[in-house]
Amino acid sequence: MLRERLGLPGAKNACEEGECGSCSVTVDGTLVCSCLVLSATAVGRDIVTVEALAPDGILSDVQQAFVDAGAVQCGFCTPGLVMAARDLLARSPQPDELEIREAISGNLCRCTGYGRVMEAIRVTIGRRGAQAAGAS
Amino acid sequence: MTDTTTRGRTAQGVGVDAPRPDGGPKVQGRFAYSSDLFAEGMLWGHTLRSPHASARITSIDIGPALRVGGVYAVLTADDVPGAATYGLESPDQPVLARDVVRFQGEPVAIVAADHPETARRAAAAIRVSYQPTTPLVDSRAAADAPPIHPDGNVFRHLVIRHGDLDAAAPVTVEGTYEVGMQDQAPLGTEAGLAIPREDGGLDLFVSTQALHNDLDQVCACVGLPADMVRIHLAGVGGAFGAREDVSLQIHLALLALHTGRPVKMVYDREESFFGHVHRHPVRMWYRHSAERDGTLVKVEAKLLFDGGAYASTSASVLANASCFAAGPYRVPNVHIDGWALRTNNPPCGAMRGFGAVQTCFGHEAQMDALAAALGLDPIALRLHNALATGDRLITGQIITGAAPVAEVIRTCAAAPGFDGDHDRGDGDLMALPGGAGRTAQDGDVRRAIGFAVGFKNIAFSEGFDDYSTARVRLADGVATVTCACVEVGQGFVTLAQQITREALGVDTVVLNPADTSIGSAGSSSASRQSWLSGGAVLAAAEAVRDRLLAQVAEGLGIEAGGLVLHGDRVRSTTDPAVDIGVMDASAGVVIEETVEYHHAPTEPLDENGQGNAHLALSIAAHRAVVDVDIDLGLIRLVDLVTSQEVGKILNPTQLLGQLEGGAAQGVGLALMEEIVVTDGLVRNPSFTDYLIPTALDLPDLRVAAIIEEAEPGAPFGAKGAGEAPTISSGPAVAAAVRAATGLALPRVPIHPDDIALATSSEPDGLDPQDDQR
Repeated sequence: MLRERLGLPGAKNACEEGECGSCSVTVDGTLVCSCLVLSATAVGRDIVTVEALAPDGILSDVQQAFVDAGAVQCGFCTPGLVMAARDLLARSPQPDELEIREAISGNLCRCTGYGRVMEAIRVTIGRRGAQAAGAS
Repeated sequence: MTDTTTRGRTAQGVGVDAPRPDGGPKVQGRFAYSSDLFAEGMLWGHTLRSPHASARITSIDIGPALRVGGVYAVLTADDVPGAATYGLESPDQPVLARDVVRFQGEPVAIVAADHPETARRAAAAIRVSYQPTTPLVDSRAAADAPPIHPDGNVFRHLVIRHGDLDAAAPVTVEGTYEVGMQDQAPLGTEAGLAIPREDGGLDLFVSTQALHNDLDQVCACVGLPADMVRIHLAGVGGAFGAREDVSLQIHLALLALHTGRPVKMVYDREESFFGHVHRHPVRMWYRHSAERDGTLVKVEAKLLFDGGAYASTSASVLANASCFAAGPYRVPNVHIDGWALRTNNPPCGAMRGFGAVQTCFGHEAQMDALAAALGLDPIALRLHNALATGDRLITGQIITGAAPVAEVIRTCAAAPGFDGDHDRGDGDLMALPGGAGRTAQDGDVRRAIGFAVGFKNIAFSEGFDDYSTARVRLADGVATVTCACVEVGQGFVTLAQQITREALGVDTVVLNPADTSIGSAGSSSASRQSWLSGGAVLAAAEAVRDRLLAQVAEGLGIEAGGLVLHGDRVRSTTDPAVDIGVMDASAGVVIEETVEYHHAPTEPLDENGQGNAHLALSIAAHRAVVDVDIDLGLIRLVDLVTSQEVGKILNPTQLLGQLEGGAAQGVGLALMEEIVVTDGLVRNPSFTDYLIPTALDLPDLRVAAIIEEAEPGAPFGAKGAGEAPTISSGPAVAAAVRAATGLALPRVPIHPDDIALATSSEPDGLDPQDDQR
């Protein structure tokens, strides 16, 4: 539905059985694998796909950190990981190491070994902290 | 205050963390992968595949499929107008099976319909009568078995005979080892779009590793000349060897030419497991002989690579495996027999590390066993025998390039230790082997360290004329680069920009889409594109630079050799007054140069496996720390350290990404990744059952040292770094698990029952005649 009918290919199709997380979107604020959500159950609900994160082409802080930290290689898993990282930091602004790993453990990445992805999330946390400190 | 007008530095040139040009689109979901393509009026293709590993086809009835509404084409082997078979090195694989199928998943028919589901249902409606035959699935029996293909069952038998074959030494260790079949598992599955042209030609948009290899094979099979087919690179969701061979390219072309409509095809994950080759499963026997001081005297090995049903790159994989089978050590006497054999198992071919991965498990286990037999420290034993520049490889070639093996070993082994006792914190279950939900107990957990070093060649070997082509155009201070080099995620697009900025002193470098309108760049494989396509881009940019300098000199009325480029400034070697920015110098100027760049020639191996077959080496080491619950056989990788020699660094962050990602794939092979095949049938073609490491399975990789020693002949002294991390990471993990358990564990991936159900804690007496599994 998202990819073919609505023309939103940001949610990817790597396993189509909820294992890889590359199709992650939020439905009413909850992170889901869109491949496992029947479109009929999403009627009237608020769906956020990766396409919504930079509406004017200005990257969100998570997206910018992924670019800066080198978390993007082939990029196929990236939209899903960006959604997962965004969801984690919304729930838990100061996650510890294991919490970050757990939060992205539903997203398979074959290129990075997750090292730069972890770094991108740490960079985002650091920048948000610096911004908050600057604002206070 | 910095005088920016005379600084003359090129921003974002070579050696810095220049950003990826495709980073922004990729994080926004706007980057078009091959599975995202769309054309007005397009049809959807689907492939009917054999359910049998071995069978005769007695009849095919496409009638029921043609009668499904919305179906536009149903094609079988009879509809292939050109060559009936294809293949990267040896065209032995049918485009569509005729009379016989030789592996489960072999394509039998293809369908085009107006909806993907219609195409799927129509394919299921095709009636194929099979007469199943007993599949040949044991590679040990393949050489002597009746041929299952007109080309026979032996893809290659390679011998390496080096030094005195009668040499003997007081200490010998012997072992047999096995490596399971690994899948590249790129996140993007095979996909593409073929669009027929009015002139009878074709445009094909695919995710691949080598546009021109695809072009040659597509043209041969559809019967069109190369100038009637253009292959365009569509976004590639990872490759790792899985896209070296043709998958759906020829099928798409056939369907589009037959229907006159655009046709799109996307494999789902299950089909992807059947649609590309895998890493060869291997059986190995080794015997190492050494003096009591640890000096290696002789290495003997037998290597059995199961190539599956079709040749793919088996012959070259075997060559790499054999040439690097003894590891990066000085070995004066060598006796190796390598076999790559045809069976009815899934076809195997290229995967990151290309043969060297499998033999590294063997030679590093042997080095640990030898150290134990000699009572020597395993690191000291490796250092004692480490290859260096000036030494001979077991193929007789004297190493003239960089080979700082000892430094790689020493820096990795000497990295600060892991303060692991505090790692598990306050009984956090997630930090125990197996994670939450498992039942590992602290008291059963043993921690141990393992070490491994490995190496392989850079670029193609054995006399292959390896080259790339690039075009650079400079107009009004903007450089445009055209090259058919495939970006699979490795970051060549970034390097191409950095190299061009460095060579031309410009800031803005535009990359044209990669397609076959320019000459070949070869394959994005064998760690070769930084050198080959990097070299082509550099050579083309330098040719443009030289013409620019000549034009400026002519304008100034000075001799052509009197000007040089300093960063972004054109200056005279004699007159300080001449100092012009490249932007100004190139205003109104259009200069274009196309260069074909070849690396120094290599030679074929002779009948004894001897010859100057390799261009250069790539060397890495890993040290792993694991926690193992001995009772349950659960393993957690706690720490991973690496050192690697890389020539020169072109982009530090991208390099780190290769080290981390490559190591993860090696760890996966050691601990979890295996395509399980019984009687020729794949049992786990899904991401539910074929496991690849998640973020919870891997620690942060710690880099002990990146060793920079300029590689002679390579552009900027730099060379590819993507494969070496996959070679030694897995063997280091396996060594750590052996150390923790005291078990021989001769097979990877190591499964929990290999530990939990092991009958003895002593290493087995391994015999070459024994059937290990």
